[in-house]
Amino acid sequence: MSSNKERPRIAVFKFASCDGCQLSLLDAEDELLGIVAAVDVAYFPEASRTMLKGPYDIGFVEGSVTTHWDAQRIQEVRRQCKTLITIGACATAGGIQALRNWKDVDEFVRVVYATPQFISTLKLSTPIAEHVPVDFELRGCPINKYHLIELITATLAGRKPNIPTYSVCIDCKRKANVCITVARGIACLGPVTQAGCGALCPSYDRGCYGCYGPMETPNTASLTNQLRILGQTDDQNVRAFRGFNAWSWQFRKASEECEHK
Amino acid sequence: MTGRGTKTIRVDTLARVEGEGSLYIKLVGDRVADVKLKIYEPPRLFEAFLRGRHFSEAADITARICGICPVAYQMSAVHAMERALGVRIDPEVRLLRRLFYCGEWIESHTLHVYMLHAPDFLGYPDVIAMAADHRAIVESALRLKKIGNRIVQVLGGREIHPISAAVGGFYKVPTKQQLSDLVPELEWALEASLETVRWTASLEFPNFEQDYEFVALRHPDEYPFNEGRLVSNRGLDIDAAEYEDHFVELHVKHSNALHSVVRGRGSYLVGPLARFNLNFDRLPEVARTVALGVGLRPPVKNLFRSIVVRAVELVFACAEALRAIHEYEPPAVPRAEVANRTGVGQAITEAPRGILYHRYALDEKGLIVAARIVPPTSQNLRQIEDDLREYAACLVAWPIEEATWKCEQAVRSYDPCISCATHSLKVVVEREETGED
Repeated sequence: MSSNKERPRIAVFKFASCDGCQLSLLDAEDELLGIVAAVDVAYFPEASRTMLKGPYDIGFVEGSVTTHWDAQRIQEVRRQCKTLITIGACATAGGIQALRNWKDVDEFVRVVYATPQFISTLKLSTPIAEHVPVDFELRGCPINKYHLIELITATLAGRKPNIPTYSVCIDCKRKANVCITVARGIACLGPVTQAGCGALCPSYDRGCYGCYGPMETPNTASLTNQLRILGQTDDQNVRAFRGFNAWSWQFRKASEECEHK
Repeated sequence: MTGRGTKTIRVDTLARVEGEGSLYIKLVGDRVADVKLKIYEPPRLFEAFLRGRHFSEAADITARICGICPVAYQMSAVHAMERALGVRIDPEVRLLRRLFYCGEWIESHTLHVYMLHAPDFLGYPDVIAMAADHRAIVESALRLKKIGNRIVQVLGGREIHPISAAVGGFYKVPTKQQLSDLVPELEWALEASLETVRWTASLEFPNFEQDYEFVALRHPDEYPFNEGRLVSNRGLDIDAAEYEDHFVELHVKHSNALHSVVRGRGSYLVGPLARFNLNFDRLPEVARTVALGVGLRPPVKNLFRSIVVRAVELVFACAEALRAIHEYEPPAVPRAEVANRTGVGQAITEAPRGILYHRYALDEKGLIVAARIVPPTSQNLRQIEDDLREYAACLVAWPIEEATWKCEQAVRSYDPCISCATHSLKVVVEREETGED
C-alpha cells in the first residue's frame, strides 16, 4: 500500500483474538475501495505484505493482552499512534479468553498442551485500556462494520462518532419485536447490554447473550432478580454474565454476586 | 552471493494470513538445515474454559476461535453435540446447514483467492494495490464475497459469529421468500465463479509437485460438508468417532499450535486440494466441466494450483446454494427438543480450510466435562513445514527477496488460519556459511 503524506495513515494491530473484528473492514464490500481511497493503509498484515513503520494517525487494536510480550508491545503501539481505537470485545473487555481470570491458568495450559513449559501466558486476559490510554472503545463480538465506518468517518472529520450507548431493548422496540422475556419467559441480557447488533438474538427467537457488553448504566442486580423469577439458577446466571464480555467490570460484578450468593 | 555464502531471508510478520506467526528457514550451503513455522499467536485455551459450560453454548463459544470460519465451528459443535445427545435433525435443517456452509465457503474462498492469494501471482503487496490496475476484477470479487456473507446473514443474522445455529436445528429458520430473494445474485455469482476458475487457471504456477496424503470427508452422493467418512488416498476410511485412534497431535517447542500427524505415517494435507482429489466425482457437472476445461483433473499435486481448486469449489458452492434454495421447504419446527443427559460425541465437518474435528463429553446436566478441537490449520502445519523444506531447496540460487516472497506464497497456498491453529506468520530464511569461506 503506497505512502501518501496527505491522507491519514492507519494501522491495524492484532493481539489475542479471532481476527473477526479486523475482518469486518474487509467485509465492508461496498465501502472498502472508498475507505482505502480516503486513508493510507500503512500497516495491516492481514491484508498486506507492505508494513510501513509508524507513527500512525489512527491505530486500530483488536484482541486482549495475554502475554508478557504483548504487554510490552501495546506500550510501543500506543507511542506510535496519535489516536488509538480498540475494536471488539477482546480489546475492550478481555474477550472470551478472560474466562481464565477466575481459574488457574497453569491448569488450563496443562489441559490443552502436552508440554506446558513451552507455553508462556499471563494469568489474566485484560483489555487494552488496562495497559494504555485508549481514545475510543468500539464494542461488540464482533463489532458492527457500520460502526467501524462511522468511527473512521468521524475521526477523519474530527467529530464525535455517533454510536449508541443505550440498551438492546431500545432496538427491540424500534424493530417492534415482542419482548421474548415478557411474552415467552426466555432469559435475555438485552436490558443490560449495549445496542449495536440490531437486536439480533431476540429477532431470531433467542435471548441476547450480551456480546456487545454492558450498556452505559446497566442495572444488573434488577436483571439478576428477573432471571431468578424466570427460574434460572445462579449457576446459569453466572454463565450468562461470563460470556464474551465477562471481564467488563459491570458483568464481572454481576457474575460474582451470583456466584457468592 | 554464491551458493556457499551466508544468506538470510527474513520477513518478520507473514502477511495475508489469518493470525500471527513467522517462518524460519535455515540454509547451510545448498542444504535446507531447518524449517520452523513459528506460531506466536497467543494461546486462548478454549478446550479448558469450555468445561462447565452447557452444551447449548458450545456453538457460540467455539465460533470465537475464528472470525473467518465461525460457521465451521458452529457446524462441528452442533453435530458433535447431536451425536452426544442422540438427536436427529429434520432433513430441511440438514439442507439449511449445507446452505449455511455454502455461504461461508463463498465468502472465505473469495477472500483468499482474490484478496490474500492472487496478489502473490500478480506481484502486488495487497489487493488495494492490485485494485489500482485491476479494478473490475476486484469489484467483481467484492460482489462475490458479499453474496456469501449475505447467505450467512440471512440464516444466521450476521456474517461474523452468526447467532442462529443451535443443537437440533436453528433458533429461527428463513422463509422460502427470504431465500428465493438470493437467487438472482447467486445466479450472477455462479457465472462469476466460472470466470474465477478460468482467470485463476491462467496464472503462472511454480512447478512443484509433492506426493501428499490427502485427507477429507467422503459422502455417498454429495460433495462433503457435514457428513461422511474420513478417507485418504492411502487407505484411511474411518468414522469421526475413530479420529483420535488414527491422528495424534504433537506439541513442538516453536509453536503455540499443536501439530497433527497420521499415526504411523506423518504429515498429511487437508482442505480444497484434498477434497477435490478425493471427491471429484461428487462435484456437480458444472464444476467438473469447468475444471476439466482448464486442465484440472485429480490428483492435483501442485500446491500452488490450490487457488484454481478453490475457484472450482466456489462454482460448487454457488451451484449447491441454488439447489438448496430451490428444494427448501421450511421445517415444521426450527429445532428438535433436546434434553440434558450424559454422552460423548464427535463430529468432523469440512471448514473452508479442511476438516475440523470436535469432541465433547457431557455430564447429566448437559455440562461439558471435556472438549477437544482439532482445526484444519494445525493439521496442515506439519505438511507446510515439509513442503517448505523441499521447496526452499529449489530456491537456493534465487535472490533473497524473491525466494522469501515465493516461500510466503507457498505458505499462503494453504490459506492458513493461525487464529484457529492456536485456538500470523513471519518468514525468516537464513543461510549459514558452510565453513571455509
